[in-house]
Amino acid sequence: MPNFTSRRFTLKALSAAVVIAGFSSLPVHAAEPPIKVGILHSLSGTMAISETVLKDTVLMAIEEINAKGGVLGRKLEPVIVDPASNWPLFAERTRQLLTQDKVDVIFGCWTSVSRKSVLPVLEELNGLLFYPVQYEGEELSKNVFYTGAAPNQQAIPAVDYLMSKDGGGAKRWVLLGTDYVYPRTTNKILRAYLKTKGVADKDIDEKYTPFGHSDYQTIVADIKRFSAGGKTAVVSTINGDSNVPFYKELGNAGLNAKDVPVVAFSVGEEELRGVDTKPLVGHLAAWNYFQSIKNPTNTEFIKKWSTYAKANKLPGSDKPLTNDPMEATYIGINMWKQAVEKAKTTEVDKVIAAMAGQTFKAPSGIVSKMDEKNHHLHKSVFIGEIRADGQFNVVWKTPGPVKAKPWSPYIEGNAGKPDEPAKK
Amino acid sequence: MRSLWIRWLAFAVLLTASQTHALTAEEAKAMASGDTGERIEALNQAVANATVDDKTEAFLQALAADAVKVAGDQVLVVRDDKGFDPVTGAEVALPEDAQDVMNNNRMRGALDSALAALALFSPDDQIRRAAVAQLQSDADESKLPLIEKAYAVEKNSQIKEELGLVRAAALLNSADPTRRLSAAKLLADSTQASTKTVLLTRLKLETVPLVRAALVESLRQVEAALAWGDRLGALFSGISLGSILLLVALGLAITYGLMGVINMAHGELMMIGAYATYVVQGLFQRYLPGAFDWYLLAAVPVAFMAAALTGAALERGVIRFLYGRPLETLLATWGISLMLMQGVRSLFGAQNVGVENPAWMSGGVQVLGNLSLPYNRLVIIGFAIFVLLGVAWLISQTRLGLFVRGVTQNRAMASCMGVNTARIDTYAFALGSGIAGLAGCALSQVGNVGPDLGQGYIVDSFLVVVLGGVGQLAGTVYAALGLGILNKFLEGWVGAVLAKIAVLLIIIIFIQKRPQGIFAMKGRSAEA
Repeated sequence: MPNFTSRRFTLKALSAAVVIAGFSSLPVHAAEPPIKVGILHSLSGTMAISETVLKDTVLMAIEEINAKGGVLGRKLEPVIVDPASNWPLFAERTRQLLTQDKVDVIFGCWTSVSRKSVLPVLEELNGLLFYPVQYEGEELSKNVFYTGAAPNQQAIPAVDYLMSKDGGGAKRWVLLGTDYVYPRTTNKILRAYLKTKGVADKDIDEKYTPFGHSDYQTIVADIKRFSAGGKTAVVSTINGDSNVPFYKELGNAGLNAKDVPVVAFSVGEEELRGVDTKPLVGHLAAWNYFQSIKNPTNTEFIKKWSTYAKANKLPGSDKPLTNDPMEATYIGINMWKQAVEKAKTTEVDKVIAAMAGQTFKAPSGIVSKMDEKNHHLHKSVFIGEIRADGQFNVVWKTPGPVKAKPWSPYIEGNAGKPDEPAKK
Repeated sequence: MRSLWIRWLAFAVLLTASQTHALTAEEAKAMASGDTGERIEALNQAVANATVDDKTEAFLQALAADAVKVAGDQVLVVRDDKGFDPVTGAEVALPEDAQDVMNNNRMRGALDSALAALALFSPDDQIRRAAVAQLQSDADESKLPLIEKAYAVEKNSQIKEELGLVRAAALLNSADPTRRLSAAKLLADSTQASTKTVLLTRLKLETVPLVRAALVESLRQVEAALAWGDRLGALFSGISLGSILLLVALGLAITYGLMGVINMAHGELMMIGAYATYVVQGLFQRYLPGAFDWYLLAAVPVAFMAAALTGAALERGVIRFLYGRPLETLLATWGISLMLMQGVRSLFGAQNVGVENPAWMSGGVQVLGNLSLPYNRLVIIGFAIFVLLGVAWLISQTRLGLFVRGVTQNRAMASCMGVNTARIDTYAFALGSGIAGLAGCALSQVGNVGPDLGQGYIVDSFLVVVLGGVGQLAGTVYAALGLGILNKFLEGWVGAVLAKIAVLLIIIIFIQKRPQGIFAMKGRSAEA
């Protein structure tokens, strides 16, 4: 296959440059120079389905913060780049954000492979990244704050639920994912965990598909066959737009949630937009937030987002949806703001120190706390079933926030690793 | 809704006539609130009798439809925003604080099987058949009285036979070993995947050797029957992938195979077809919502024309200046593909757009117990055959086809005979592009529609054409089907990632051994 990439990127870079130019020409009223905030989310390619709204969430939060007078009396100024679902490009764009645009903080990444690609650049240039998506753990960098869930805040509770009587009492497991680091590591953890629960290897079927895979006939047929051997549950770590053909195929093949429940870790309200959810009723997702959660903070959050989406005529603003990574993004930027105010500077090391123990009233209904040491949020876990309208019914939740364990005890060699980033 | 009313009226009459155990407020409360386990117990108790009143059935239906609310001790059925008492049927004011009754998978499963057990007495054959199919996967002993009763009165021999299997599955856990033995023997005739599950579960618990032997034997027979379904399923998905590859490559077989233009923008022409489908869908949604289910029929010609016009403009504007210079053509069309992608991005946004399946393309037809063929795949296979026949007819039977063949075989001679070769080139290229547009229209029904859509298929389409033999329509057909089936069988064997690699390796080896493809041009070619 010829290498299309380099040329496509010149075009992308051009368009990105236009966007940036557009933003930087905005008049800035504050006397002080603005604080630059980098936004590093794929706006095209296979991950755009998930990441585009996160860019808009950051923009919404920035607008909100600026309306209240900014941070330290200075306005926030977004710098948007499009890494186009291309992992090496994430690193390139990060370098650009940190060296050329000189941003003070970056909000971005979805897939773990993109975060892994950004990490060396962040550590080299001492940047600061807020990563808003659930991930596989096995990482603790001083330059990153992880506002999404670690495996013990999502994957393990979900599996526990499916094993319980209410969840269907699953005995056999299909671990299905996109072929990259997050699904591979999560499935490694889950396999080890299931073994401690007495599940034999022959009752676990691990399957991977490439990014952007669109033909799920064989896989769905395999799941069907596998499920004849006993009560089966599917744990899906499929990422990006492959979810649409996967769920379409599930519905068409008549595999319903009562027989073979599918629990997904990367499918939320946004990914289900444009999928006919009627055949999918009852399939599950495990997250730390659902739009359907009822509490005043969430009502306000949804209202803010709807107003913002309508005012900016975002795609899909006729049916504004919020989801877990959006919530995590929103918590992240607000905590960063509080930390900057506490540190009275945007200097990375001082902000990192000030982040420890920050709290924020989260739309999920808890007061979210940044752990004093391990750069992860304490989060409640919710398990939801897909409803006919594309929203989720919460069928199970933890009694309160759970502390993240980035180093999963189910991976060999993790015992005794320090629960805080290594000091340099 | 009306049928519900009739049911309620019928119930009022029934109540005075018979002494059936009737729904009570306590029962309704127990089924609607509390722990799922307790709710299911209450539900199973309510349907455990061989006679169940209509009010219970109506209440269960309301529960299954998520139309029940609870306010304190009161259970309400909600219809058209009004509350009704499930026991008396009288209208009740809907309290402000009424909570929706939420069902999880387990509760929904229990509700569905209870309703299916009740539906066994429906006068409609179709409904009874569906009920039997539903019960096949989740019959338990609590439904046995209803199943026995229905079995005794069932007239339709086919349904009776299937119901017998359901009954056997429920009896498999009976305390009496002789009943278990006869049930195990009966189940050997089943072709359902769920039977295998039932047998396996029982086998783990069974202690009586005779019954064990019968279980093992039945399991063997059921598995043999299931294996056929699996094989046919793999074959079907292979043919389905093959039909997609064929659609994708057919246009290229004309532009590249016959005309010799290396068109790197072929994938983007497909993308244009897919976006044309999206636009037509949007127009139908806005102006003709009543006929939305048929938007696809309108989208087919639109997708063809959109891609064909783009192709014609491409040929007139760029490619005709580059005939005979394959390298420049390759670069120019590649550049155009980038422009088209960026153009679509600016117009529709970088994100994927949602193209919905019409209702008649959702779901599938059940062929064997464990084999159902999705309608959208069937439609695409049919569509691919239709397009193939159309192209074959156009090339071999029409005057345009004659000219195309003439021009591609010997341009100078055709020109001498008075054929306007430049115009024929444009027509042929537009035709190839239009077929790419049709492929895009079909792809929009199975995959994602985004600016990168074409990128995923361009390599595949070249592979098919080269493998089949350049210049051969028949070769393209065989290559597409062959690749599709090979890919699917490998995928079932080694997984999606390795299958893709293996297929590429096989193609490389094949092309090394036989560079001219499956079908070589035979005889004297006049090509200079």
